[in-house]
Amino acid sequence: MAIMKKDEAEPVLRLDGISIRFGDVVANDNISFELKEGEIVALLGENGAGKTSLMNILFGHYVADSGTVQAFGNSLPPGDPAAALTAGIGMVHQHFTLADQMSVLENIILGTEPLFSLRQNRAAARKRIKSLSTDFGLQVDPDSAITDLSVGERQRVEILKALYRDVRILILDEPTAVLTPGETEALFATLHKLVANGLSIIFISHKLHEVLAVSDRVIVLRGGKLVKTVPTGTATRSQLAGLMMGAELEETEFPGGEPRSVMLELSSITTQRSPGRPALDGIELRLSAGEITGVAGVSGNGQATLAAIIEGGQRPDKGTILINGEPQEGWSARRALACNIGRIPEDRHAIGMIGEMTVTENVISERYGSDRFSRYGILDQRACEEFAEAIIRDYDVKCPSPDIRVRLLSGGNMQKLILARAFDGNPEIILANQPTRGLDIGAVNYVHRKLIEARDKGAAILLISEDLDEIRALSDRIVVMSKGRLSPPSARGELSIAELGERMAGRGDVWEDQKSGGGKYAA
Amino acid sequence: MRLEPRETQSAAMTLAYPVGAIATTLVIASILVMLAGASPFNVFWLVLKGAAGSQFALIETLTRATPLIFTGLAVAVAFRARLWNIGAEAQLYIGAVITVVLGTGALPLPSAILIPVLTASVLLGGALVLLGPAFLKIQFGVDEVVTTLLLNFIVLLFVSMLLEGALKDPMGLGWPQSKRVIAEAQLPRLIQGKRLHFGFILALASAMITWFIMKKSTLGYEMRAVGHNPQAAAFAGIPVNRVLIKTALLSGGLASLAGYSEVAGLKGNLTLDLSPGYGYTGIVVAMLAMLNPAGVVAAAIFVAGIFVGADAMSRATNVPSYIAEVMVATALLTMVTAIMLSRYRIKWR
Repeated sequence: MAIMKKDEAEPVLRLDGISIRFGDVVANDNISFELKEGEIVALLGENGAGKTSLMNILFGHYVADSGTVQAFGNSLPPGDPAAALTAGIGMVHQHFTLADQMSVLENIILGTEPLFSLRQNRAAARKRIKSLSTDFGLQVDPDSAITDLSVGERQRVEILKALYRDVRILILDEPTAVLTPGETEALFATLHKLVANGLSIIFISHKLHEVLAVSDRVIVLRGGKLVKTVPTGTATRSQLAGLMMGAELEETEFPGGEPRSVMLELSSITTQRSPGRPALDGIELRLSAGEITGVAGVSGNGQATLAAIIEGGQRPDKGTILINGEPQEGWSARRALACNIGRIPEDRHAIGMIGEMTVTENVISERYGSDRFSRYGILDQRACEEFAEAIIRDYDVKCPSPDIRVRLLSGGNMQKLILARAFDGNPEIILANQPTRGLDIGAVNYVHRKLIEARDKGAAILLISEDLDEIRALSDRIVVMSKGRLSPPSARGELSIAELGERMAGRGDVWEDQKSGGGKYAA
Repeated sequence: MRLEPRETQSAAMTLAYPVGAIATTLVIASILVMLAGASPFNVFWLVLKGAAGSQFALIETLTRATPLIFTGLAVAVAFRARLWNIGAEAQLYIGAVITVVLGTGALPLPSAILIPVLTASVLLGGALVLLGPAFLKIQFGVDEVVTTLLLNFIVLLFVSMLLEGALKDPMGLGWPQSKRVIAEAQLPRLIQGKRLHFGFILALASAMITWFIMKKSTLGYEMRAVGHNPQAAAFAGIPVNRVLIKTALLSGGLASLAGYSEVAGLKGNLTLDLSPGYGYTGIVVAMLAMLNPAGVVAAAIFVAGIFVGADAMSRATNVPSYIAEVMVATALLTMVTAIMLSRYRIKWR
């Protein structure tokens, strides 16, 4: 009767009637739920469903317009992050908050000890961390510097940081976004050990299978409202998807493409490691017209560098870039554009768009110098505006006027502008780097359709994504990236998720023959 | 207390905030005025009268505004592309040096040719002064705030050396001053017998041209893109370094015209007190104008008016004219605050 006991247990956390508005947007609308001791509750919802603002209210970063938060029977004062911490609530953010140059041990004890007595408590702290790591399967060397750790290890440090502070309630925001399938399994095992020890966990995600795998209850949010709470035992994938999106999920099956001539070839591309740019080691890659090549892999394994090279943002130290068989000299963003490469960057806010400039100014940014938009160095305002208006119309961008600043648009609308800019002039080669990250389901489908459309028109497309489902749904061929190297390609459907996961983790014989760099496989 | 970005900015708001900033400045200044034992209303009235209450006052204000328009434009252009040019003072003095070197008889040409030649040479010289810091920034990542600021002192000492040596006027009774520019090099007076000179027209024309470049040209577009987000600009294929170089040339050139116009239009020769900090005040002018070239003209006249008006006021009361500096500095602070408030709203709680 263990389950009965769980239900009767006093809630450790109670949110009651939480509402918050930002301008016209109701981010949370009268949300109430309880978290019981020893329970994993999944908070499921699309981006923009209100998960993050709810957690920010819980943590005192935002003040709710109405509603209360109670932890262990005591009300938390609104707008006081320190109170949430003292009450035993800890959070592991999607973007880690670690000091890179410091060791694991230092990061964990940072802020828990008075500044001048750090020394004498180190031994005790080290012992405590060691025992926490063995108890909960969070292996990590306390003396490593954070810079030397993999993403999975960094996440373990974040969890240890929370445990070290004796949290009773642990909130994990999209914890699996950065993990390999294998690491995800290990994380789930850790979470189960934690709740067995009496912790309570809120697991925020928009991935259905993970939610089903790890939680006891699923709370579904949509458009700021709590739609339904479902016990995980009775929930199905399609039911949850339906609740989350407001309609039954249609699993689109995209038809395969017909590959033609090779448009872009990377030949033994090698780069040195530099800050934020992992090294590449003998990359061989051929992109054919009418084909989508998907690059699967855990982020941080060289995808950013590979993308930077194709975008023209970086030159390889060694190796050749060939466009239509022609080796390229003096490679740059301008050259890439002149070679008719359409580019969808990974980070639309930081490099895709200039938030402080208008829609018009942003959509012309790759072509303002052409005769179409300027003469003798003077911009043709009319032509620029007409172009922007046509994009707003054709791509159904939700914005009041082409004169508003781009930072006021939603992520989905911003991405539409980027697509429109990249697809203008029917590019022969398209680089789509994380094209759907952070978008809601409608926008994701839109981006997918546009990519398939471009492929059918004959574009050679490279799709880099952390979302395995996306890679598997869209790609005609899949290559896996691990530690700066690319695996040989496999056809769509040839490899199971488990097999892909093995390759993503850098295991398996496909990597063996490439040890010397300059792999003999041509992807 | 928390700041939240505003989603929209109404036209009324863009107008209300600068007005509010100036009102706040007056309130803060009145405290000091009262401490000096005078009535704020009387003092501000005298400042206004001294700045614009007569033809003489008005002409004096516009004359004083002329160099500020040039340095203000120089700063506005550079800051727009996030090139922090703090060295307008140095560029101004280099402009003055070139004017004296070429304009004291070295080029025996008629006015119609000599003035354009001088203008072009000064533009070029000032542009080259800022090229060094821009190059160091691009090539080695050296902070241009430091290099341009320190260059001010180097140039000022260099000018001092010239005035004690190569450029010293032998007929100057030993004073560290240059020879006077020849009549053909002088910028004509706009009104016979008054101090306002052709430099003012040159400043207005520069403002219009700068406005056109910033608003309508591809260069202005590139500068704004580089200023707002250099990574995104580079991604879009905008040649960021080349844009920074062009910005430096434009900014340095504009600032050096201030020195040219002061020597050839007003003073006639070069002395070490040619500029009472016009280069630095240009930063205030540009900020007050929110980096808008058209606004620079208005802001320069406003700042010049306060200085001129405060001089007149201090002659009539016992409030020192230093109040002008306090007012200008306070106006800068309140303006920066107003800009922030127009972009963010404060939420208490």
